Amino acid sequence: MEKSLNLVLHVWRQKNRDAKGQFVRYEAKNISEHASLLEMLDQVNEGLLEKGEEPIAFDHDCREGICGACGMIVNGHAHGPRKATTVCQLHMREFQDGEEIWIEPWRAAAFPVVRDLVVDRGSLDRIVQAGGFISTRTGSAPEANSLPVAKEKSDRAFDAAACIGCGACVAACPNAAAMLFTAAKVAHLNLLPQGEPERDTRVRNMVAQMDAEGFGHCTNHYECMEACPKHISVEFIAQLNREFMSATARARQELRPRRK
Amino acid sequence: MIKALSFSDTTIGKKVLMAVSGLVLFGFVIGHMLGNLQVFLGPKVYNDYGVALRDAPLLLWGVRILLLVSFLVHIAMAMQLSALSRAARPVGYKMRKDAITTFAARTMLYSGVLVLLFVLYHLAHFTFPGVAMGAYEHSHTGDVYSNFVNGFSIPWVVALYVAAQVALGLHIYHGAWSLLQTFGLNNPLRNATLHGGARTLALVVVVGNILLPLSVLLGLVQ
Repeated sequence: MEKSLNLVLHVWRQKNRDAKGQFVRYEAKNISEHASLLEMLDQVNEGLLEKGEEPIAFDHDCREGICGACGMIVNGHAHGPRKATTVCQLHMREFQDGEEIWIEPWRAAAFPVVRDLVVDRGSLDRIVQAGGFISTRTGSAPEANSLPVAKEKSDRAFDAAACIGCGACVAACPNAAAMLFTAAKVAHLNLLPQGEPERDTRVRNMVAQMDAEGFGHCTNHYECMEACPKHISVEFIAQLNREFMSATARARQELRPRRK
Repeated sequence: MIKALSFSDTTIGKKVLMAVSGLVLFGFVIGHMLGNLQVFLGPKVYNDYGVALRDAPLLLWGVRILLLVSFLVHIAMAMQLSALSRAARPVGYKMRKDAITTFAARTMLYSGVLVLLFVLYHLAHFTFPGVAMGAYEHSHTGDVYSNFVNGFSIPWVVALYVAAQVALGLHIYHGAWSLLQTFGLNNPLRNATLHGGARTLALVVVVGNILLPLSVLLGLVQ
C-alpha cells in the first residue's frame, strides 16, 4: 500500500540576485511516499502554475544523483537528512505525514542566489579552470597497460573523482569553505601519472582561485564530509595541504637555484 | 588564470602559520606542566628548578621571545581567518543543523580568547613584579614554592585556574588534531593512533594542570 503525505513547506523565495527574499509557506497535499523531494516540488509547482503564480525555481538535471545540479538545505541539512544522497534521490518516505519542511538555498558569498533555490556556482567552475585539467593528448584511449598505475592510487583517485561538484560541502561548512571540493579536484589528478606535469602549478593555482572566490578556510568540523552525497573523505583536505606546502617549497627553490 | 599567491597570503598558508605557532605553544604548555608538577617533589626540588630557570637567562628569554612571537602570529592568523570566514557567509541559514562537529571545534575562538585572558592574569599573578592579583604578596627571592602555596590558598583563584584549564583543554583538544590535518598527516592507517594521541595529550594536560592549583586546597602541597 502506497502512503501519501500532507506536508507544510517553508520555501525561500527570491526574485533575483538583488531582491530581498523571504520564506513562503506552501501546503503540499497528497504527496506519494515514493516521490523524490524534487518531484514533490514539481507537484507544488503545478499547483502554483494553475493558480497563475510563479513556480519555485530550483536546479536539477539527471535526477539520478550523479550530475551535481541539484542541491538545497532541507530542514537544516545539505541535500536533506539522508546520508550520501543528493536531494533528487531523497524520497518523501524519509518524512512524516504533517511534517514541516524548511527549504533554503546554499548560503555562501561565493554562491550568490540567482532565484529562489538556484545559486550561481560559477566559482567552483573557475577553481577547476585554474588547474583541474591535464596537458596530455586526449582523443582515442591509449593502450591500458602502457601507463601502469598502482591499485591503491587509482582507487583513491577514483574516490576523489566521485565529486559531482554540487557544492554541498561549501553549504554545510560553518566557514563556507570549498576545501573539500578543491581537495577532491586536486587529488583526483595529482594522484595519477597523467596529472604529474602540472602537479605543482595545479595545486597552487586552484588554491589561489579558491581564495580569490571568497570561500572560507577549513577549521576541521568535517561537516563537509558528512554532507557530501559522494562521501568524499577529509583525508583529501590533508593531502591538499601537503601538496600545497611542498609545491610552494619547490617553487621557491626554483626561484633561488642552489649554486654548486 | 590568476597568479599563484604568496604562501602566507593563502588560507592554507595562514593555517600552516596557525598550526606551527600552535605547536610551539602546545609544546610550552606540556613543558610548563611537567616543570610545575615538580612541586609534588617538595620545596627543595621546586625552588631549585625555579632558580635554575632564573639563572639561565638566555634560555628563559629565548623561550619568552619565541612564545611572544608565537602568540602574536597565532592571534593575528586567528583574526584574519575568522574575518575571512565571516565574510564567506554573509547571509546565514534559518535552519542549519551541525551533524558531526564538536563543541570544542565550534568554540575555538571563544576558548582561545579565554586562554589569552587567563595567560595575562596568570602572568600578573606569578611573574610580573609588583602586581599581586590574587590578593597576596609574592616574593621574588627564589622561594617559588611559597609563592605557589600562597597563590593557591585562595579558593576563588583556584576556581579561576580550574575553569581556565577547561577552556585550554577544549582548545588543545581540537587544536592538536587540527594541526595534524593542516600539516597533511591525515592517513586512514594512522588516524586512530593520531586522533587518540591528540585526545590523550589534551586530557593529560588538563588533568595535570587542574591538579596543580587544587593541590594546596586538597592538602597535597603545604
